[in-house]
Amino acid sequence: MLSLLWLIPTLPLAGFLVLALGGKYLGHRSIAVIGTSSTALSALIAILIGMDFIAAPPPGFVFRQEAWSWIAVAGFSPGIGFYLDALSLVMVLVVTLISFLIHLYSTEFMSGDEDYARFFAYMNLFVGSMCILILADNLLFLYLGWEGVGLCSYLLIGFWYRDPANGRAARKAFIVTRIGDTAMAIGLFLLFTHLGTLDIQPLMQCAGQQWPEGEGLAILTAALLLAGAVGKSAQLPLQTWLPDAMAGPTPVSALMHAATMVTAGVYLIARTHVLFTLAPVVQHAVAVIGALTLLLAGFSALVQTDIKRVLAYSTISQIGYMFLALGVGAWSAAIFHLVTHAFFKALLFLSAGVVIMSLHEEHNIFRMGALRKKLPIVFWTFLIGSASLAALPLVTAGFYSKDLILWRAWSSAGGNPWLWAAGWGGAILTGLYIFRVVFLVFFGEARTAMPPGTARPGLRITLPLIVLAAFSLVGGWIETPPFLGNLTLFSSFVQHALPPAQAVHGEKNDETILELLAIAASLGGIALAYLLFLRYPAFLQGMMLIPAFARIREFWQSGWGFDRFYEFLFVRPYLWLAHADRRDVIDNIYKMALSCMLRWLQKVDPHDVINTIYNGLAGLCLFLHRALSATQSGQVRRYAAAIATGSIGILFIGIFA
Amino acid sequence: MRTAEAIAAIPMHHGLVLAAILFALGMIGILARRNLVFILMSIEIMLNAAGLAFVVAGARWEQADGQVMLIFILAVAAAEVSVGLALLLLLYRRFQTLDADAVSKMRG
Repeated sequence: MLSLLWLIPTLPLAGFLVLALGGKYLGHRSIAVIGTSSTALSALIAILIGMDFIAAPPPGFVFRQEAWSWIAVAGFSPGIGFYLDALSLVMVLVVTLISFLIHLYSTEFMSGDEDYARFFAYMNLFVGSMCILILADNLLFLYLGWEGVGLCSYLLIGFWYRDPANGRAARKAFIVTRIGDTAMAIGLFLLFTHLGTLDIQPLMQCAGQQWPEGEGLAILTAALLLAGAVGKSAQLPLQTWLPDAMAGPTPVSALMHAATMVTAGVYLIARTHVLFTLAPVVQHAVAVIGALTLLLAGFSALVQTDIKRVLAYSTISQIGYMFLALGVGAWSAAIFHLVTHAFFKALLFLSAGVVIMSLHEEHNIFRMGALRKKLPIVFWTFLIGSASLAALPLVTAGFYSKDLILWRAWSSAGGNPWLWAAGWGGAILTGLYIFRVVFLVFFGEARTAMPPGTARPGLRITLPLIVLAAFSLVGGWIETPPFLGNLTLFSSFVQHALPPAQAVHGEKNDETILELLAIAASLGGIALAYLLFLRYPAFLQGMMLIPAFARIREFWQSGWGFDRFYEFLFVRPYLWLAHADRRDVIDNIYKMALSCMLRWLQKVDPHDVINTIYNGLAGLCLFLHRALSATQSGQVRRYAAAIATGSIGILFIGIFA
Repeated sequence: MRTAEAIAAIPMHHGLVLAAILFALGMIGILARRNLVFILMSIEIMLNAAGLAFVVAGARWEQADGQVMLIFILAVAAAEVSVGLALLLLLYRRFQTLDADAVSKMRG
């Protein structure tokens, strides 16, 4: 079964090829079947492989498959090879399964779109690239998937390209992530020139043997890889592209946030964790970036009015949690949160998609309301997703993963109370911002009448919602804290690929106290949302009349002014330079300098000595020109003769000299 | 088996000399002929001479690479002939002649 591994990325890529080349000649039905079945089959194969892998683990919990060699030049021979271990198995299971559900959902959601085939072609390419990224056994192949994912995000964010704003959002996503990608490419060059290979496992071993902890090169390469991860995962300071990426269709947002794009950075750091442990400074930076990002994005999510933008900022914030966990060395906790987050974030986006569709493209949560009765299934699924995101205790998956991260942020060697406090504050914010959406959208009064004749979502939409809701509830029971059974199925499985986290700070009792505090944070956030947005909405409206609060709100809503800052710092100066140079300013400077010099020469050289020299040179050039142009006779046969004599002459020199 | 032995019995330089002769014939054709159709044919002869040299070398070292190269050369030659003939047609339409020397408008 394991030998079918290569099919996992190949099937979606094949689907892409069929849809891209033959999409024009296919009907809606066959497009949907091809697009969905390719991901369905690869999810099925991933599940079968996973069962096989767990039932009869290959030696060393690692399975490698070399399809063929890609390039082989002068000691550099990256292959098209796949590497399956506990980490990549978990990732590939999550990605293919969620992608399949989102594809199924899209077949109905996008059914009215004229570019049906193009949509599924891009989606398939997206999934295929992500599978390559996950399964690649060398960093160059991983980089191929990495760039493929970036390309697909560009194509899908700008899917409705007729609106210039969408094109702008797509370009922004592409350019901002490109900054990180460039840094990562430089990191790969450095790794190759110093360690002589890009195969991940030998590379990590080699780095561990050759570089002592804190070695400058290790710090440099880890920092460069971190820059790549920060760009792709939309963390500080490259987070600005993700909120604008909401310009794409909703299933695309779900796919990007849950499975195929923003998690890539987390995966990259987990995959190359050896490098990061060799560079404790950078690893600490990862934690700090995560902590800052989760707070900043949490505050921004709190004041957004567009339902999708709330979810976008929430993703940035949750990825911040994962970075926090990576930064304190809790690798498996980060991956665990990645998995649960994938389920509930896909669920939230898909539910939000139904809400938006039912209200005919209404995104503003303040114009929604009382949808609980009208969209009962979506209400429940969105509620479950929100509860999981807000880490509602005991019953949701998000609770188990987020608690694990908070505990590790306190107790690990790299953890400290500040990081824990950031995560804890973020937990309150999470409950507050997501239940603000729940209360505004599904409770209260109806602020927009649902247009009559709106069709209820069909089975292809509700089925993925229900499956994802089930996962969002029970997905966490594979890893529970000590006072709840102390199950460690997930972490002990992932430990075959990632080192376990050790608790160094804190006693056993602390863990229980911290758990209780975390529970209090999540419940407190939800209760606060209930009070502020459902019970006493007048209080907040009164607050917003105070100019200072209104200004803070605006500041948060614009994402802490990062866009304006970058606009001011990079975009404007660049545009100004381009504009200024439109009249060839630099050229003109040279011209002026030259004419000044000529005038000066005329003054010092009245007898034209220099002129005569130059005239002589010009005459020589003219003579050579005439001589050379005579050889260009325009007669093919002379050219052939010249080539023949020339080759014979070179042969003679080669043989006899 | 018998053919392989027979081939092995031919010394390599015989084949190479034949290839060289063919190559020289082709080159002389290009240099001496003025009709573009004949020039094109001469080029074909030269290409085949090079292919023959590859095959002979492949047979000498008992490797399939020489024949592989010949197939490549044949593919290139086919492409070249199709482009060349198309050019000839256009030339003839424009100048009403196939004389290579007459078509020398590009002289410097």
